[in-house]
Amino acid sequence: MNRQISRIAIFALLLLAALIVATTYWQVWAAPSLAAKQDNAIQRVAQFRIKRGLIYASNGTVIATNVAQKAAGQTLYFRKYPLHDFASQVVGYSTQGRSRAGIERQENAYLTASNANLQTIWSKLADNLKGATIQGNNLVLNLRVNAQRIAQNALAGKCGAAVVLNPKTGQVYVMASSPGYDPNQIESATGYAKILKSPNACPGSSSALFDRATEGLYPPGSTFKTVTAAAGLDDGVYNVNSQFYDPGYCVEYGQRVSNALNPDQTAEQYGNVDLLQAYQHSINAIFCKIGMALGAKRVIDQAKDFGFYSRPPIELPADEVSPSGEFDFTHHRFFTDTSKMDPGRLAFGQDKLLVTPLQMALVAAAVANGGKVMVPHLVAKVEAPGGGTVVKVQPQVWKTAMKPATAATLNRMMQAVVTGGTGTSAQIPGISVAGKTGTAETGAPGIYDAWFIFFAPANDPKVAGAVVVEHSYHGFGGAVAAPIAKELMQALIPGASKG
Amino acid sequence: MARITVPNADPYLLPMAALLTAVGVTEIYRLGPSDAFKQGLWIVIGVVLFALALFGLRRDYRVLESYKYLFGVGAIVLLFLPRLPVIGETVNGARLWVHLGGYQFQPGELAKIFLIVFLAAYLREKREVLAQARLKDLGPLLVIWGACMLELASSNDLGSGLLYFGIFLAMLYVATARLTYVLAGLVLFVAGSIGAYDRIAHVRERVTIWLHPWTTTKVYCPQTGTLALRQDCESYQLVKSLYSIANGGYLGPGLGRGTFDTANGHPLIPEVNSDFIYSAIAQEVGLVGAAALLLVFMLFVARGMKIALQADDGFSKLLAAGLTFGFALQTFIIVGGILRLIPLTGITLPFVAYGGSSVVANFLLLAGLLLVSNRANAT
Repeated sequence: MNRQISRIAIFALLLLAALIVATTYWQVWAAPSLAAKQDNAIQRVAQFRIKRGLIYASNGTVIATNVAQKAAGQTLYFRKYPLHDFASQVVGYSTQGRSRAGIERQENAYLTASNANLQTIWSKLADNLKGATIQGNNLVLNLRVNAQRIAQNALAGKCGAAVVLNPKTGQVYVMASSPGYDPNQIESATGYAKILKSPNACPGSSSALFDRATEGLYPPGSTFKTVTAAAGLDDGVYNVNSQFYDPGYCVEYGQRVSNALNPDQTAEQYGNVDLLQAYQHSINAIFCKIGMALGAKRVIDQAKDFGFYSRPPIELPADEVSPSGEFDFTHHRFFTDTSKMDPGRLAFGQDKLLVTPLQMALVAAAVANGGKVMVPHLVAKVEAPGGGTVVKVQPQVWKTAMKPATAATLNRMMQAVVTGGTGTSAQIPGISVAGKTGTAETGAPGIYDAWFIFFAPANDPKVAGAVVVEHSYHGFGGAVAAPIAKELMQALIPGASKG
Repeated sequence: MARITVPNADPYLLPMAALLTAVGVTEIYRLGPSDAFKQGLWIVIGVVLFALALFGLRRDYRVLESYKYLFGVGAIVLLFLPRLPVIGETVNGARLWVHLGGYQFQPGELAKIFLIVFLAAYLREKREVLAQARLKDLGPLLVIWGACMLELASSNDLGSGLLYFGIFLAMLYVATARLTYVLAGLVLFVAGSIGAYDRIAHVRERVTIWLHPWTTTKVYCPQTGTLALRQDCESYQLVKSLYSIANGGYLGPGLGRGTFDTANGHPLIPEVNSDFIYSAIAQEVGLVGAAALLLVFMLFVARGMKIALQADDGFSKLLAAGLTFGFALQTFIIVGGILRLIPLTGITLPFVAYGGSSVVANFLLLAGLLLVSNRANAT
C-alpha cells in the first residue's frame, strides 16, 4: 500500500502548495489592482490609520492636513483642507466614502509612505516595529498661493480655467478650474450632491469636480494659429516676412471660408500683409491658405510635437488628464486620420479640434523656452515626515516642438499681438508681453469660448500660460481672457507694476 | 498525557496542532474576545476527549475495527441529524447545524472521523475482493457516492460532499491501487455536480460567484430582490475577503493591526472568525505569515502520511492516510475557496477556525494519528 500512500501524500502536499501559490498571487500580483477597486473599503480604511503626509503650497502654506479622531480604540486620521476651495480639483480629496481624486490619489503612495523609496521603507519599518503611527511623506507643490487666488477670483462666477507655469522648468504656478468646490464637503452626502450639481454659469457643462484645466476640452480657436505658424516656419516654407494677399476669404472645397466668421478680426479684408501681420491680426483667410499649402498631416505632426495626442505627464491621475487633438464626436475619441480633416479650418483652430488649457499653456511655454516643452510639474518635492528631502523634482524636457529660430520668430509675432494686435489689453508697462488671442465658436450664435495664451517677459520668459473663459456672450479672447492673464503675470513676475 | 499513553508517537504532530490552535484562538480573540472564550472552552473539551481517546485506546486502538458498522451507521446518523425537524438549523443556505438547548454544533465534522474509521476497517477487509473490480463489488462505491450526492443535494453543501467523497476515493485508491476507481469516482462526482448545478440554485450561485465575483453592470440580487453589482450582493463576502488578503502584502501590518472594521465599528468582512479566518490571518501577517501557516499544514500532512507509511497493518495505514488526507483536503477546500481556486463553500479550517465541533473533531483526528504512530514506532 505504501506506493499509493506516497502518491496521495504527494497529491495532498501539491494541493496545499497550490494554496501558497494562490496566496502569493492575491497578496503580490493582484494586490495593486484590488487596492484600486472602488469598493475596496478595507484598503481605504486601513490607510486612515496612517498619518497622511501634508500638502503644502510653494510658500509653505498648508493645503491639506489631518484631524486625528479616536474610534474603536484606535486613532484615525481624516483629511482637512484649511484653504477650502483652493486649487480643489488639483489637490483633490481623500475620504472614506468617496475614495480619492487629484494629487491625493496620484501621489497616494508618497502620502501614505508606501512608496518604494529606501528611506521611506526604513522609517516605516521602524514605526511598525515600535508600534508607532506610520507617517506619510509631505508634498510641497509649485502652486503660488497669491496667483492661484487671483486666478480663482477672476474666474469666479464664470466657467473656465487658467494654467500658468514656468516655461524653463515646467513648474506649475497656477492651475485653476472654475467653478471650484470645498473638498471638506465631499464626505457628507448632501455636500457631495451639492458639488455634483452643474453650475448655471455654463449650461450643459460638467460639475465642479471636473478639472477644466487638464480635462476640459475646448476648441482652441485662433490660439492654434501658433501651431500652424510653427509648422510653416520650421519647414522654412515661410518666414516672418512672407507676403500674402487677403481678399477677405479663402476658397476651400470650392467654397468661400470668409474672414467674417472670425469674431477676433477687426477688418473683413486686409489686402497685402506679411506673416507677422496675419498672425498679429489673426486673419483666418491667410491661415486657411497656409493650412491648405502645408496639408493637414504636417499641421497635425507639428501639434504632436507640442504634445497633442498625448497626456501631459503631470502628477494627476491619468483619467483626470485628457490629451488634445482632432475629436471624432460620433465615436467619442481622438483621431489622427488626416484625410478626414479640413486643413484650412484646422489651421485656424476650428474644424474638430479640442484642446485642454494645459496643452495650450504648453504651446505658449514651448515658444517661450526656445522650442522645448518641459514636463509640467505640480509637485516641487517630497519631504520625509521628520524633515529631509525624499525626492526633489528636476526639470525635464518632454518634447522638442520646433527649432530655436522658429521659437524666436514666434516670440516676435506673439509680442506684436500684444503691442498692436488683438491682445493689447494684456500690455504691462515696463514688461514685454507675448500672447495670442482665441475666440472659438461654441455652436451657439454670439457665444464664444474666449482664449488667451501668453508668456512674459518676452526677452527672458518667467511665466507662460493659458486662460480660457467658457460661454462668454460676445466675449472675445482679447477682451475677456487677456485681462485675467495680465493680472496673473503681474502677480508672478517680480517688479511688474500693478494697474 | 500523550507522553504516558503514547510514548513512541510522532513528536511533531502535537506541537504543530497546538501551534495551529494557538494561532487560531489568538486571531479569534483579536476579532472578538467573547468568541475566543467560547473557543477556549471547546478547546478544553477537545483536549479532554483527546486525552480520553488516547487513554481508552492506548493498548490497541484496532479494537475499533470490530465496531466498524457502528461507525458507519453513526456517520450516516450524524450526517442526517441536521435534516431532522426541530433540532436542525439552516445557516447561510446550508442545513448543517444541530441545535440542542442553547448549544449548536455541526455533526458533519464528527461524521467525517467516523466515516474514516469505518472506511479503514471496511476497506482493509474487502481490499482483495475490491481489487478484482467485479461489477457487484462496486456496490458500496455507488452507495457511498449516492449518499454523498444526497448529502450535497439535501444540505446544499458542496464542500462537505467533496470532502467525504475525496476521502473515500483516496482511501479506496490506497486500499486497491486501482486508478480506475478514482477515475470512475471522479466522473461520477463531476456528473453529480453538473446535475446539482442544473437543479439547485444555491450550487449555481456558488459557481457564478466563483467565476465572476465582480460585475461592471448591475445584476439581479436574490438576497434583496433588486439590481446590484455582484460584488455588493452575492459575492460580497468573497470579494471583501480577497481585499483583506490583498491588503496584507508581503509582511502585513502585524497581528492585531489588520483592518476589519470601519471607523464607526461597521464590520468590513462578514464571518471573519469562522469561514474567513484565513483571510484575517493573511491580512495581519502578510504573505510571509500566511505561507508559514500553510507550511505548518503541509508539515502536519507530511508527518501524518509518514505515519501511514510506517504502520505495519492495513487498518492502521488506511486510518492514518484517511485522517491525514481528510485534514489536507478540508484545508484545501476552505482556503482554496477563499483564494478562488475552487467555488467557495463554508467548511472550517482545521484547528484554526472558530467552531466547537471542528475543534473536537480535529483533536480526535490528532489522537488517531498519535495512536497509529505510537504503535508503528513501538514495534
